[in-house]
Amino acid sequence: MKTLNILLSAFRALQRNKMRSFLTMLGIIIGVAAVIAMLAIGQGAEYSVKQQIASLGTNVLMVFPGAQQQAGVRVAAGSAVTLTEDDAQAIATECPAVQFISPGSFAGGQVIAGNLNWNTHIQGVGADYLEIRDWPVEYGDFFTEQDVKSATKVCILGKTVANNLFPESDPVDQTVRIRNVPFKVLGVLTSKGQNAMGQDQDDVILAPYTTVIRRLAHWQNLAYVLVSAVSLQDIANAQQQITDLLRMRHKIQPYEPDDFTIRNQTDIASAATATTQILTILLASIASVSLLVGGIGIMNIMLVSVTERTREIGIRMSIGARARDILTQFLIEALVLSLLGGTTGIIFGVVGSSAISNFAKWPTIITAFSIILSFGFSIAIGIFFGFYPARKAAMLNPIDALRYE
Amino acid sequence: MSQEQSTPLPGADGELIRIDHLTKVYQLGEVEVHALRGVSVHVAKGEFVAIMGASGSGKSTFMNILGCLDKPTKGTYDLEGIDVAKLTRDELAAIRNKKIGFVFQGFNLLSRTSAIENVELPMFYSTVSNKLRKAKAIEALNKVGLGDRIDHYPNQLSGGQQQRVAIARALVNDPSIILADEPTGNLDSRTSVEVMGIFQELNRNGITVILVTHEPDIAQFAKRHVLFRDGKIKSDKVNPNPRLADEVLREMPTIDEEQEEAA
Repeated sequence: MKTLNILLSAFRALQRNKMRSFLTMLGIIIGVAAVIAMLAIGQGAEYSVKQQIASLGTNVLMVFPGAQQQAGVRVAAGSAVTLTEDDAQAIATECPAVQFISPGSFAGGQVIAGNLNWNTHIQGVGADYLEIRDWPVEYGDFFTEQDVKSATKVCILGKTVANNLFPESDPVDQTVRIRNVPFKVLGVLTSKGQNAMGQDQDDVILAPYTTVIRRLAHWQNLAYVLVSAVSLQDIANAQQQITDLLRMRHKIQPYEPDDFTIRNQTDIASAATATTQILTILLASIASVSLLVGGIGIMNIMLVSVTERTREIGIRMSIGARARDILTQFLIEALVLSLLGGTTGIIFGVVGSSAISNFAKWPTIITAFSIILSFGFSIAIGIFFGFYPARKAAMLNPIDALRYE
Repeated sequence: MSQEQSTPLPGADGELIRIDHLTKVYQLGEVEVHALRGVSVHVAKGEFVAIMGASGSGKSTFMNILGCLDKPTKGTYDLEGIDVAKLTRDELAAIRNKKIGFVFQGFNLLSRTSAIENVELPMFYSTVSNKLRKAKAIEALNKVGLGDRIDHYPNQLSGGQQQRVAIARALVNDPSIILADEPTGNLDSRTSVEVMGIFQELNRNGITVILVTHEPDIAQFAKRHVLFRDGKIKSDKVNPNPRLADEVLREMPTIDEEQEEAA
């Protein structure tokens, strides 16, 4: 029997029971659509996490001072005064793979503006901080190198802080009091949203690190130095150059360990990406359970069909159909069911994913891979679940099949 | 297979079917059922044989073996020189496709499939081009007088017409024999005679017809009677005066006339 003829007769057989064929396909449609949508959501989440990590600046390194050693007991990293402003300047001038540096210090506290107050983080940073973070000012200005040198009492507000302290007025040129120290507001940062860990990156006040150290911090030393490499490929070079430079400057003997720590974003990024990948796999596996159930639906209906059409099988055998002709016929019917279902499911999955993007504001990404995967999966399901009923049909004894009522 | 290609058996010129000492034993659990106990029949090309017998006489079993739907337990069955008992399932399917045309009591047409598609069906399982297939199906339907109903579905046709479609389907691959199993069992007497007329017509054109029936009236249309009883052949004789369906039909009152008489 020719392929085209088999296909035509398979379509005709399915057409005879339109409702049943549709319901059988529905199982596959839902399964495939769910797989596509879940993969789209998972991959969308993965993408947005990557985006957020990139928003920290992927070519960024952080240099921390080492832990203080007291009688062999190491205290927390950063507790030793091993990272100075001179070190930071040396990194900027002597490491060719380094583009910008921004020494950093922290303070926290209550910020007051007029009759409003807000508790937030105060970040002491260098003049190049926004270059490193790739973070523009929405309006107003950032402070200059001169402000850093003279430890001017100026600051830039994050979006969240600005919204809370100046809900209705323009904060630029106004004064905020941070722990009773008046700071002049120079500008407001653009909104950066949450970071990969879910913290609000806009809930921050940036001020020259010198001012923070002298006026606000209990800790009078640099907490860290933020460094950006010239390019993503130069991260390793920059890390090596900084290590060599600081070891030389700190006169560390070859057998002694570093008295500082360098961390980069790649480690954090890969951890976060791994998490979302697990999420994707989890979602897709749950969805594929419904695809499996759809496959069992096909098998069920094909078994019913074989029983119902036993007489037809007998007739076909009596006029010369071989076992393999019958096998092919029923296998093709199962395959047509699963392929039609799969194709419709892909359409529904794609439409559904974009609906999720639109209404739930979740990023979704549909890749060719997920479409090929679900398509291949539906073919495999058609063959796998269609084979047993088809074989059952093919193995029928023609005499018994003809007599079947 | 066309008739030129078939090779007559040595010493039996024109012999189509040669069945010798055929036995068939069914195993029903512990019990052995001897359906056929040594049956020998030879059928020559162009014969019109009626196989008769009560139910349980073994005629259905014999028919199944004759139609290559079943294999004998012992004995030989040569169909046009081929030892059918030695063939595989697929080879038997090919024989059924090319050399045997079945006509059943219950017509056994595919429902929701038009007359012409039903007739085309055997050709799907052999190598016939799509174009030729349609032409041959129309030709076969014309032979049984249904040339004007090729697109009708079985539920739009009367029993007699359905049986004619079935006969057209049996004819379409130019088989060596037509096997009709109680072909008139579901038909009224007039339609039965009409169907027998078609078989006689085909037989006149050289087609071998083997008919299984338990109705003596119907058997009268055949040229030879083989009577089965208890798995054996009780008698095998030539019918000296086969009835001619055309004549019977002429003498038969139509249903309308019968009603008029009754009124």
